Amino acid sequence: MRRLLLLAPPFLWLLAFVAAPVAILLAIALAEPAMGVPPFTPPLAWDGEGPRWRGTLLSFAILAEDRFYLDAFLRSLRVAFLSALLCLLLAYPMALGILRARPSRRLPLLLLVLLPFWTGFLLRIGAWIGLLRDEGWLNGVLRGLGLIEAPVPMLYTDLALYLGMVHSYLPFAVLPLYAALSRLDPALEEAAADLGARPAVAFLTVTLPLSFPGALAGFLLVFIPAAGEFVIPELLGPPEAQLVGRVLWTEFFQNRDWPLAAALAVALLALLVLPIRLFQRLEARP
Amino acid sequence: MAPLLQVQGVSKRFGATVALERLSLEVARGEFVALLGGSGSGKSTLLRLVAGFEAPDEGRILLDGADLGPLPPHARPVSMMFQSYALFPHLSVFDNVAYGLRREGRPRGEIARRVAEALEMVGLSGLERRRPHQLSGGQRQRVALVRALVKRPPLLLLDEPLGALDAGLRERTGLELRALQRATGAGFIMVTHDQAEALALADRVAVLEQGRLAQYGPPRELYERPATRFVAGFLGAANVLEGRVGADGRVDCAAAGCTLRPAAPPPRAPGEALAVALRPERIRLVDERRAPAENAAAGTLRDLAYRGEAWLALVATAGGQELRVSLPGGATPPAPGAPVALAWDAAAVVPLAD
Repeated sequence: MRRLLLLAPPFLWLLAFVAAPVAILLAIALAEPAMGVPPFTPPLAWDGEGPRWRGTLLSFAILAEDRFYLDAFLRSLRVAFLSALLCLLLAYPMALGILRARPSRRLPLLLLVLLPFWTGFLLRIGAWIGLLRDEGWLNGVLRGLGLIEAPVPMLYTDLALYLGMVHSYLPFAVLPLYAALSRLDPALEEAAADLGARPAVAFLTVTLPLSFPGALAGFLLVFIPAAGEFVIPELLGPPEAQLVGRVLWTEFFQNRDWPLAAALAVALLALLVLPIRLFQRLEARP
Repeated sequence: MAPLLQVQGVSKRFGATVALERLSLEVARGEFVALLGGSGSGKSTLLRLVAGFEAPDEGRILLDGADLGPLPPHARPVSMMFQSYALFPHLSVFDNVAYGLRREGRPRGEIARRVAEALEMVGLSGLERRRPHQLSGGQRQRVALVRALVKRPPLLLLDEPLGALDAGLRERTGLELRALQRATGAGFIMVTHDQAEALALADRVAVLEQGRLAQYGPPRELYERPATRFVAGFLGAANVLEGRVGADGRVDCAAAGCTLRPAAPPPRAPGEALAVALRPERIRLVDERRAPAENAAAGTLRDLAYRGEAWLALVATAGGQELRVSLPGGATPPAPGAPVALAWDAAAVVPLAD
């Protein structure tokens, strides 16, 4: 009974805020679009005698058939993968640097990593726009120095997209890496050195493989939200690149095709569950 | 030929804390040395200085007559066995032991042969594929030991090598450790806080007190002729009696209400203060009527504790000082509260320098 009471709150929480929304999403994805409020016909209807199944896989069929959606998925995955990789490459030296700093400096340095979170997200994106646009600071400085004559287009390019992504998601990569690295016994690197390993070799043969779970956690913590990211590509990225986030938005708000939007969301979820499962499997390893 | 290791006037400070204070010490080829001391005595710091994980603030450390100072840890020919063992958790037993040989770039066949030999030596053959977490504590200890030994270092540093083992395993593993040391001929420096371990295994014991070398010598010498109060108290919890040297070579101890006469004349002039050590097991109970005038004390048995092989008796002497007395475990001691007479041989009275 006590067990039940203890387990009930998190269970109810998950039920109300995870399971129920996903179930609703799935239901909408199986519905047929219609004019009206809400703009779909429920897949399970009551017609006097009993429940009647009126669901359809039409939305999923559209997703599968139309290259447009598949391309958006692939492009999103590529952007997420590259963003996560860039974050990881930057986060590794940062985490290592913080760990090797004097103990009294570690907490301030970690707080610095989190500092961007203290200002509004849109404000920071706005700052990037101000920096990168044609009449922006960066072009202004370059022109002032006489390095360029015409402004270099930076905003609405892949460069701006990845700058924004890495900037926003970097802390998610640094923190799990730092946690993983700080859990390692410092005697391990000393033992490697003692056995004749130069610092670089000790790092490659001991620290790097042992920090792999932390690196993977950092990678996935960036990859998963980045795959569905909408705001950053919309405000900074190239306009022609259709990512899942934007497609979803368009289907939902402009085309008012809720079932198709829901099907997109369900497909994205299914696609992201895969790396999460992979991560859990690796975490479970001793 | 130069000694294997020479530590010359080495000091090390961490901020305001002095870990080592102008410490000098030598280790001969093939010698087993124990660094004995409490926490904060600097014994582990000395080990880390020799391994190269810390640099001395002053002084030099020579191996085979050559200064180790400019060499980083990976270039030093010494090996270390860590207190936590520091086994690589992602590598198998084989790969852990082979790690050092691979860094030397040995051929594959030689590595396989030497690792197999090393594991055989400590009875771990057949466990090559295991990971450290699949081993028992005793097995991990032996993997850590052979991982450090497989490169055949002239000097092996061991940081509390038996510290993580349970009591039953410690004694046997300690003896195995010494047998291995004899077989390999390597010099061993073992850090320990366990005096019994140090006395049992080492050829020479260095007692460290607050970063200084209190005494360095063979176990029996340290035990029977402790140089200072600290060594006398740290090894075997000797009684320390504060006295004053008398005219004819006797030492009067007012606190214990007795007169002591060392076997040799005390190293102080008459009238000077002198502390002497008196081992609990060198004191015996005697018949009151036959108690000698010197090297004897009268008192009351205050408390009694049975320790199996011996009784520990606390005797309050006439002068007030309490003496620890060790009585044979097979005997029946007097009841607490009884008056007792104590006596000891002149050879048991050890004048202390400090």
